[in-house]
Amino acid sequence: MRRIISVLMENEPGALSRVVGLFSQRGYNIETLTVAPTEDETLSRLTVTTVGDDHKIEQITKNLNKLIDVVKLVDLSEGQHIERELMLIKVKASGAQRAEIKRCVDIFRAQVIDVTSTVYTIQVAGTSDKLDAFVQAVGDAAILEVVRSGVSGISRGEKVLSI
Amino acid sequence: MLSGGDMLIRSLQEEGVDVVFGYPGGAALHIYDAIFRQDKVKHILVRHEQSATHAADGYARASGKVGTVLVTSGPGATNAITGIATAYMDSIPMVVISGQVPAEKIGEDAFQETDMVGVSRPIVKHSFLVQNASEIPEIIKKAYHIASTGRPGPVVVDVPKNTVNPAETFPFEYPKKLKMRSYTPATKGHSGQIKKAVSMLMQAKRPMIYAGGGVVLGEASDLLTELSQKLNFPVTNTLMGLGAYPGNDKQFVGMLGMHGTFEANTAMHHSDLILAVGARFDDRVTNTTSKFCPNAKIIHIDIDPASISKTITADVPIVGAVDSVLKDMLELVKESKETPDETALADWWKQINEWRERHGIYTQPRYNTEGDKIMPQDVIKTLYEVTNGDAIVTSDVGQHQMFAAQYYLFKSPRQWINSGGLGTMGFGLPAAMGAAFAVRDKDVVCVTGEGSIQMCIQELSTLTQYGIPVKIVCLNNQALGMVKQWQDMVYDSRYSEIHYEDSLPDFTKLMEAYGHVGIDVHKKEELREKLEEGFAMKDRVVFMNVYVDPSEHVYPMLVAPEGSMRDMWLSKTERT
Repeated sequence: MRRIISVLMENEPGALSRVVGLFSQRGYNIETLTVAPTEDETLSRLTVTTVGDDHKIEQITKNLNKLIDVVKLVDLSEGQHIERELMLIKVKASGAQRAEIKRCVDIFRAQVIDVTSTVYTIQVAGTSDKLDAFVQAVGDAAILEVVRSGVSGISRGEKVLSI
Repeated sequence: MLSGGDMLIRSLQEEGVDVVFGYPGGAALHIYDAIFRQDKVKHILVRHEQSATHAADGYARASGKVGTVLVTSGPGATNAITGIATAYMDSIPMVVISGQVPAEKIGEDAFQETDMVGVSRPIVKHSFLVQNASEIPEIIKKAYHIASTGRPGPVVVDVPKNTVNPAETFPFEYPKKLKMRSYTPATKGHSGQIKKAVSMLMQAKRPMIYAGGGVVLGEASDLLTELSQKLNFPVTNTLMGLGAYPGNDKQFVGMLGMHGTFEANTAMHHSDLILAVGARFDDRVTNTTSKFCPNAKIIHIDIDPASISKTITADVPIVGAVDSVLKDMLELVKESKETPDETALADWWKQINEWRERHGIYTQPRYNTEGDKIMPQDVIKTLYEVTNGDAIVTSDVGQHQMFAAQYYLFKSPRQWINSGGLGTMGFGLPAAMGAAFAVRDKDVVCVTGEGSIQMCIQELSTLTQYGIPVKIVCLNNQALGMVKQWQDMVYDSRYSEIHYEDSLPDFTKLMEAYGHVGIDVHKKEELREKLEEGFAMKDRVVFMNVYVDPSEHVYPMLVAPEGSMRDMWLSKTERT
């Protein structure tokens, strides 16, 4: 099962490599990974999506918690949460294709953020599923380049991850 | 005002470090100069950095204190890796200080540059790369705190040469307290869980106490012994836990696992309740996990939550320091209106004693006692008698290690020092050297084989330099015995690369070259006399080279990989 684990960790050199190293060392899988400092500059927030049964996820969270640099973590998928991923995608847009692509952009509530006579650069935000669907809708033939941010997530309601 | 190098050594003094095992080199020169200009921290110059880590490890295991290592960058640091991994697998508190090229050269493939923090990352509890000299006292304080608390482990401190430059000085103040928001190791166990566990103990019909290295590390042997005896439950120890419960007590059923006793393994299999204390259900204990102790409920006490339900799911997990949890448990047991089920326990002990009689290695010898060859089991039994069972025993890895674990009945914790998790050949001699620095009033003996001893044999020279009188008992079977045993059992005796042909050195001459004493033992009837002769030389290093039956195997042995804990080979021809 796919899980989203959100980690608050010390914003220090080497901290990220410990997290990533843990995953490879213990044979855990990383599907996506995002990391950036928070409003408190001494802390970074890292979000990782991974796949595993309950036993594996329990081991992942326990071992992450053991890392000295990890301050706190939460498995967002255990409760109600919001997840978003950002995708920038460059597609061929000429002739009849141009209008078709634009329609797709509107349907997915995406935005064209750069234009040439033959190319659209589009920004899509949403769940990973939605991004997958957009890629499928546009079709392989039209796609020139895709860049995805990986998943960021946050709990719904009043629950917060902070120290 | 002190330089970074002086602050580093002053910090070690503040931590109460009395001995450092190390080897100098370019990037560590400033630190070595700081060592030269003081006399509180004694430096032991080893002959190879791997030995520095094993010696610090042996020192830590014998004393309970943190072992300290100092090496230079590049090859100095990478040579230390095997010893760091050994300490990591067995949760041994250790601080490894490595020199590093100056910060401005890092990443330029400078001379003797290795990314030590990167290379050591998977085998350390934590590591630090010093960025500014002013951080040194706080980093050292943190390093010793992290290494010695919670589940202990090795910590690396990588020190770029510019941060210990003697030309730059700083005001020195050693921090009294530490604030680490991200590191709060468990202490007390959950009282509700402990209560639940105690009530299960009172109901149990066929209980087992399965105690591991965590009891030794957590200084909880006395509490474990008191609780076990109060309950009258059988106790088994892991390879790492030997000595945690007195090996010569009647409630001790021997070691469990791959080469555990018949009674310990069989009793585990038939048990209805396992109280696991500071043990981690290692694959060398459980055998096939799906067949592990099918009728047992499991109470698991461990300071490391990640060890609980990792391979075997615990019914009652208790995260906490073993001494604190056992103390709480013992109080509840004493207060409880319930008592253990005496009738069921009497039946259980009757059954266990019947197993002991049937195949136990302590009720009668289960090996050939008639032949004229010296049996390795007899060497360990004789060693036990000659040393009154009081020696600190280190070992290397292989058959000799298992014979020592089976036949030297360790009375107390920190008496048995071996590389259990990583299985590092070459560990024994430097570990004995480190242990001898920690404990001065006891015999320290390294039980080894003619294969393992050659992996760190250069430390014989260090022993000469510092006058450390360790004893070495070599079970010389002319081959890599444990590999040979597997090749006998699994590969139809196709002996692939386990013989040295005629290339083994004359160990007695070699000892003499280093200024030590060598004794060859060929005959069964001279075994005791020769060992007594060796141990009588209190102030000398003595190498007792005992030629043992080369065809002997270690039994019992679990049938792996498909068996359960009750499936064992009992001899070359007999299995359960």
